[in-house]
Amino acid sequence: MLKDYSILIGGEAGQGSRVAGLIIAKLFNHLGYHIYIYEDYQSLIRGGHNFSQIRAAENGFQSRKEKDDFLLALDERTLNLHKKNLSEKGIIIFNSDKIDARAVRGTAQGIGLPIQTIAKEMGGIPIMANTALIAAFAKVIGIEWDVLEQVFKKEIKKAIDLNLKIAKRAYELSQNLLKIAEVGPPPTTLLLTGNEATALGMVKAGLALYFAYPMTPATSILNYLARHENDFKSGVIQPEDEISVVNMALGASFAGAKSAVGTSGGGFALMVEALSLAGQSETPILIIESQRAGPSTGMPTYNLQGDLNFVLSAGHGDFPRFVIAPGDAEQCLSYSGLALNLAWKYQTPVILLLDKDVSENTFTVNESILAMLKPEKPLLWNKKGDYKRYKITKNGISPLAFPGEKDAIIKATSYEHDEFGITDESEGVEKMQEKRLRKFGTMEKEVEKLPAIKVYGNKKANKAIVAWGITKGAAIEAAENLGIKLIQPIIIEPFPKRQMARALKGVKKLVSVEINASGQMAKVLEQNGIKVDGKILKYNGRPFLAKEIKEKLKNLL
Amino acid sequence: MKEDLDTYCQKTWCPGCPDFLILEALKKAVLTLVEKGTAKENIVFTTGIGCHGKTFDYLNLNSFYCLHGRSLPVSQGIKLANPDLKVIDIVGDGDMYNEGMSHLIHAAKRNSDITVLVYDNRNFALTVSQFTATSPKGFKGSSSPEGNIEEPLNPLELVLAAGGTFIARGYALKIDQIKDLIVQAVEHKGFSFLEILQPCITFFDNRQFYQERIYELKDHDQSSKEKALAKIREWDYKNGQGVKIPLGVFYKIEKPSYNELADVRRPTF
Repeated sequence: MLKDYSILIGGEAGQGSRVAGLIIAKLFNHLGYHIYIYEDYQSLIRGGHNFSQIRAAENGFQSRKEKDDFLLALDERTLNLHKKNLSEKGIIIFNSDKIDARAVRGTAQGIGLPIQTIAKEMGGIPIMANTALIAAFAKVIGIEWDVLEQVFKKEIKKAIDLNLKIAKRAYELSQNLLKIAEVGPPPTTLLLTGNEATALGMVKAGLALYFAYPMTPATSILNYLARHENDFKSGVIQPEDEISVVNMALGASFAGAKSAVGTSGGGFALMVEALSLAGQSETPILIIESQRAGPSTGMPTYNLQGDLNFVLSAGHGDFPRFVIAPGDAEQCLSYSGLALNLAWKYQTPVILLLDKDVSENTFTVNESILAMLKPEKPLLWNKKGDYKRYKITKNGISPLAFPGEKDAIIKATSYEHDEFGITDESEGVEKMQEKRLRKFGTMEKEVEKLPAIKVYGNKKANKAIVAWGITKGAAIEAAENLGIKLIQPIIIEPFPKRQMARALKGVKKLVSVEINASGQMAKVLEQNGIKVDGKILKYNGRPFLAKEIKEKLKNLL
Repeated sequence: MKEDLDTYCQKTWCPGCPDFLILEALKKAVLTLVEKGTAKENIVFTTGIGCHGKTFDYLNLNSFYCLHGRSLPVSQGIKLANPDLKVIDIVGDGDMYNEGMSHLIHAAKRNSDITVLVYDNRNFALTVSQFTATSPKGFKGSSSPEGNIEEPLNPLELVLAAGGTFIARGYALKIDQIKDLIVQAVEHKGFSFLEILQPCITFFDNRQFYQERIYELKDHDQSSKEKALAKIREWDYKNGQGVKIPLGVFYKIEKPSYNELADVRRPTF
């Protein structure tokens, strides 16, 4: 049987459970496991309840396991909330400075360690209690001290000697209960959140400037790029609001800098007027929209895939756009690079549609993708004759030039215009509209050449489910388990009609699985003439477990 | 060279509109800047939406015809992408003081190295005259037939408070004065703000009002914030009798611009 573990670590906000979870994930990765970390936190800074749920599996499943094998509790609330979800042979490792051993007794095997006292006695600060907890857990699952030391040295940048002292003490006090098997060399050692991968993908594709106003769950793209500004050499700007964010980015693109912006649904709503400007002025821009539970402020730190229909139709007037929705960090890496290049190739907005769990959860990522991403050169002016920013061409794409170019006047405009960019309200404007429509036709052809749709599970099955974004992870598990097919649309606009028809060949029954209240992907499919036989929807802000999909499918298929 | 700055587009401003005069002043200023060594291809202007915006169609220079109220962010994005460019942002009063006010405050606050020219005719003219933030109380427009009930704001005072490092005011009918102020504003390192009082001869013809009150600032200490504020407050944009309206440079100080401080990557093409 394939090895597959779930470790839940939780505590109050500020106790550092997220970072501790990441180090535990790296320990398992060191033993050869694929990693997926689900992050659950509330919109507060101190107190409350945060947890990370780590899935360490040989086969790389990217969804939460229904039962936890290990529960690491920094506070009593974690224990009380999650002990019911512990598997039969599950083990609890708990902070005995905060939790009475009696609370654990009778429910499962438990090991309590005074991790705060250990950290304090060794001369550490309170947050270092996490180090003690990780070490205690490593001992329980049979990880050699040398391996633990190696991982700590790699992951902890500050006060490593002190941390190792604390770890050693906790390791000695803990006890060994089992041995997690090494399953081979790590499949990849690159562990990234979707947001980190998105940032890296853009950088590799030549991102010059990133503009953003903080908004969960897109904020960590801004923070990550700012933290690495010197390594990446991509400028990071935080303007006064999202309206300024998107307009600044359009100014930067007009002047020749590859620019991108990032936000969530509410911020994107503020950007919509300028989205239409990007369409009319044919200014390249990449907009990252990481969905969170709406409408309005909704549940800022929880997820719903509720903005698909919005991003597809946002903006007044007709103009072409791409909408691309990756479902994990690896896809974020490759598709964000592609998205930035597409924006420049077609001089039009590209929306990279993420969701809270794709953005903030951690995934193992195939490192070889990094080398495959390159900045592509857009169509540039050949410097012959008079420059016309909106030259009518067969494929709808007009060559670019930028201010500073000698012998060219570059005019970009929000008004309908002639080839030079001068305002035109004559009946002849249809020619310019048709140029942009031809561009959309060229984009449609391009999409069919790209990996717009991915198929998983039993590819010959006549029953299929459609899932996108984070829902893809649990859906793969359900599909493989039931022997059916899973179709993941990644490029949604222009809609990949031919690829979808191929994926649907032989399919007699189709069910859409989404975390929103109305079935937004199902609507998109129906608009494209695809009959959807059923919908499995969940809208409590948490992504699906494979089991939930399986059970509901039994009634529908 | 002069012809170079004209386009083939037919001008549709009202006959006699001072916008024609500001356009002449702007062209003269561009020629002066070019004579002084700025490459013409390195001059870019942006516009908002309103009568002022038509300058986009009439002036043959690199330019971006932006959204109403949103040209300041576009200008700052252009400057961030290519610091060699001189960016002139042409806006109207409704455009800047109504729709885009937050951008004005923040651009001044961060001392972005761009120039803002406000064509302040003190009403929304292109939509057939409604009141704006600088329309006087009692202004009768198509949305305020009984007279506007709001007091106007003093935009210069606001920009001074926000952190602008070059603040000036001119009068549209004085072409050479406007030209000189534009050149000074563009040459200023940091956020430069030029408010141009522009009679709207169709909807708000206040030529006489201005001509009776305007005077040139003389022996004024441009480096003093207090003195700038005192001069700025001489006229509060109301219709008062006996007030005088100073013109010229109220405030000019040297301070590192946002673009000097922001170390960002250059374009890749």
